[in-house]
Amino acid sequence: MHMNSLEAEAIEIIREAFSMARNPVMMYSIGKDSSVMLHLARKAFYPAPPPFPLLHIDTGWKFQAMYAHRARMVEEAQVKLITYTNPDGAAQNVGPFSHGSNYHTDIMKTQALKQALDFHKFDVVFGGARRDEEESRAKERIFSFRSEGHRWDPKAQRPELWNLYNTHMRANETIRVFPISNWTELDIWQYIYKEDIPIVPLYLADLRPVVRRGGQWIMIDDNRFPFQPGEQVENRKVRFRTLGCWPLTAAVESEADTLEAVIAETFNARSSERQGRLIDSDTPGSMEKKKQEGYF
Amino acid sequence: MVRPTDELAAHSIVSFLESQGTKSTLRFITCGSVDDGKSTLIGRLLFESKAIFDDQLASIEADSRQYGTQGEKIDLALLVDGLQAEREQGITIDVAYRFFATNKRRFMVADTPGHEQYTRNMATGASTADVAVILIDARKGVLTQTRRHSRIVSMMGIRDIVLAINKMDLIGFNQTEFDKIVADFRAFVSDFEFSTVTAIPLSGLDGDNVLHRSARMPWYDGPSLMDFLDTVQVSDDAVGRPFRLPIQWVNRPNLDFRGFCGRIASGRVQPGDVITVLPSGAQSRVKSVLSGFSDAEAAVAGDSVTLTLDDEVDISRGDVIVANAYRPEVADQFEARLLWMNEHPMAPGRQYFLKLGTREVSATITEIKYREDVNTGARLAAKTLDLNAIATVNLSTSAPLVFDTYRDDKGLGCFILIDKLTCKTVGAGMIQFALRRARNIHWQELEISKELRAELKYQIPKCIWFTGLSGSGKSTIANLLEKRLYAQGKHTYLLDGDNIRHGLNRDLGFIEADRVENIRRVAEVAKLMVDAGLIVLVSFISPYRNERQMARELFGPDEFVEVFVDTPIEECEKRDVKGLYAKARTGQLKNFTGIDSPYEAPAKPEIHLKTIGCSVNECVEDIAHKLGVEPLSSPLVMYR
Repeated sequence: MHMNSLEAEAIEIIREAFSMARNPVMMYSIGKDSSVMLHLARKAFYPAPPPFPLLHIDTGWKFQAMYAHRARMVEEAQVKLITYTNPDGAAQNVGPFSHGSNYHTDIMKTQALKQALDFHKFDVVFGGARRDEEESRAKERIFSFRSEGHRWDPKAQRPELWNLYNTHMRANETIRVFPISNWTELDIWQYIYKEDIPIVPLYLADLRPVVRRGGQWIMIDDNRFPFQPGEQVENRKVRFRTLGCWPLTAAVESEADTLEAVIAETFNARSSERQGRLIDSDTPGSMEKKKQEGYF
Repeated sequence: MVRPTDELAAHSIVSFLESQGTKSTLRFITCGSVDDGKSTLIGRLLFESKAIFDDQLASIEADSRQYGTQGEKIDLALLVDGLQAEREQGITIDVAYRFFATNKRRFMVADTPGHEQYTRNMATGASTADVAVILIDARKGVLTQTRRHSRIVSMMGIRDIVLAINKMDLIGFNQTEFDKIVADFRAFVSDFEFSTVTAIPLSGLDGDNVLHRSARMPWYDGPSLMDFLDTVQVSDDAVGRPFRLPIQWVNRPNLDFRGFCGRIASGRVQPGDVITVLPSGAQSRVKSVLSGFSDAEAAVAGDSVTLTLDDEVDISRGDVIVANAYRPEVADQFEARLLWMNEHPMAPGRQYFLKLGTREVSATITEIKYREDVNTGARLAAKTLDLNAIATVNLSTSAPLVFDTYRDDKGLGCFILIDKLTCKTVGAGMIQFALRRARNIHWQELEISKELRAELKYQIPKCIWFTGLSGSGKSTIANLLEKRLYAQGKHTYLLDGDNIRHGLNRDLGFIEADRVENIRRVAEVAKLMVDAGLIVLVSFISPYRNERQMARELFGPDEFVEVFVDTPIEECEKRDVKGLYAKARTGQLKNFTGIDSPYEAPAKPEIHLKTIGCSVNECVEDIAHKLGVEPLSSPLVMYR
């Protein structure tokens, strides 16, 4: 019942936005929410393949396993993939270790996303944000408008009644569409389980090389980790609750090496999934500020 | 209430996931006046249902010290008031959606703002809710905003209401006070068509009667709020009603497959069902019902599906596939109840986009029958509708709509209005019934056509529409152009703003709604004259882009020529032939275009006349040239 209606609502939203879009695209971050989004897009248009490309903002710092998963899914879904990396950031070798997490995220994610959207002139952009993730997301509409420069004005959101989504845009406006707004983390896992959706293996526990830094486990995914005195690689059984840039995504120690065990562990956990992300806890309202500036 | 984990421990993961997936979902809103404690109550529900993670709680504790209103206690309202502006002002601006679960149900709660200026956000939350929890501060009783929200809740068709009398701790859990407020409220909503009103005394701050019955109010023998939400039976009979599928998209991946995609608004469908497509009326039979990657035996209201049919039927987005035996109505004029949601007032006669189901058309409000007084429900006369006004109106649409009345079927009974320029959602409406005149008055086909009339006059009929500020030279130029055309044997007529206001439009003033009607009427008159074969010159300030667009749409592709008489306001004011600018500047004249009423310059006029440094004759020749009127062999002389 519950799961069916969430799926039907998401498919309705995807079809509605697509029907009115000139140049739509779906954000694809390779994480579990993106996996669900891609699955929904495939269902919405079956037997046709998804009629829009996926857009991956590649910071150059994703886990190797994520790149492998991306290649597999693009093949399987018969969908076009567009990747974009901020050329200025790449030229300056911007990275989280050399430039700090905030600067790296701003240049390689937020600015890169804006550049990519402007460059390709996408007008409708599907995203996998959920209202249960964070306080400012709980307030956001399913069809969320961005003014020129991709700014979000939380005080001037359009009323959004029934299932009548207003898809009209003025010149230089774009829409972010969030089909899984009303899903919770539990719904996501449940859907992945029920539909047998492929996910990146990093979500499951395994022995992995990690370093303890700032009270958190950071996995060493390539040779770019600048070791500090006293830091040592240990092999620990860990998994990830969210996936992003590997230096900015902490692992948690876990024995959960099956999907069932991960789900069980997730709902015994007493901390929310974004805790493993190092960017949105600096100051109160920091996610809202990032969103106003164009962060997805 | 249980945490998912408690259930998890009791079951295997597989049965746990199955039990979660088959729970029903209840959507409810909390509403009421400012400071009634809505956010605190939801915060309490989330906190008690253990939907809050430790790190969220820690961050709320830190925020409580900075923004909290509860001294040393944790301010649970901060769990819902997520925007910075909300925390700083301690109020709710926009609707927040929150999720929690019990072992019986999953809940999606929309916490809606209490301030009047944010009523549209409250309506957003109410439109998808099954149940409304209306909060009242026990110390204050029923307030204006309680009445406004109750009215909107009723209008949106929510039938099951909880009257939550909050802050009972502050009135010493007094039963007499409680009973009095309940009686007041029941009297107020007696004609609101609510099925159930369940009154619960509670304290969101302390948790009395929120989850469990409170020992501090032994006189109350009803359910706690949570018990009620867990067990309330919502009379949602969408599945029991006739089949309706608004088409979102036609899926044609190859020549062998033609599928019609949409989400079933009501009823059920299965292969073999005989269906009708509206508005065309074509009939066919359902071949298959595709749900996701596989064929389904049947599908019901709420399912997103793709149908294939036995016959090749022409169907496109906006059409509705319906049960053959029970068809909705098709009409282009309606009476509806309307909530206006924009700072910019609604103007009768102005064209808006109207979206109903998956169909979008142009629509105008032809008449405001009455506005409702929020407090008393009294019917008031109105010329325009301001932000948050509720009214009963007549609408006319550019093409017929397939609909049910909102009372019969919400799915095809509600619509939104969208401003054509700003693209904002400005109105929300619920159809009451179709107007009979639309059904019974048919277009009379005339045998003598516009083309035949024009041929007789050896000319191509046109509407030449002059727009510009007062004093820009519109009438002078139009007048001379008409003489010029007349001299060449053309049949013309000049509609001048000032002159028309002495006759046809003498009942209209200068507020926005009247200006819109002013243009609508003259555009219709011009259309009749063009139909009669004339070249019509219209000289009206016509300040709004929207109405000029509306006028344009009345005519054929090359019939309408917009002439922007572009004279800077400083120059118009310097000329001030009629002394109007002077009056406007001193405030004697209100709503004067360019001074205290806006002029929206055309973006792409057919002819853009910059009059500075250009004589009237040059302007006229410029237009004549662009219209393809042959040049004069000798200077213009008028013969009588």
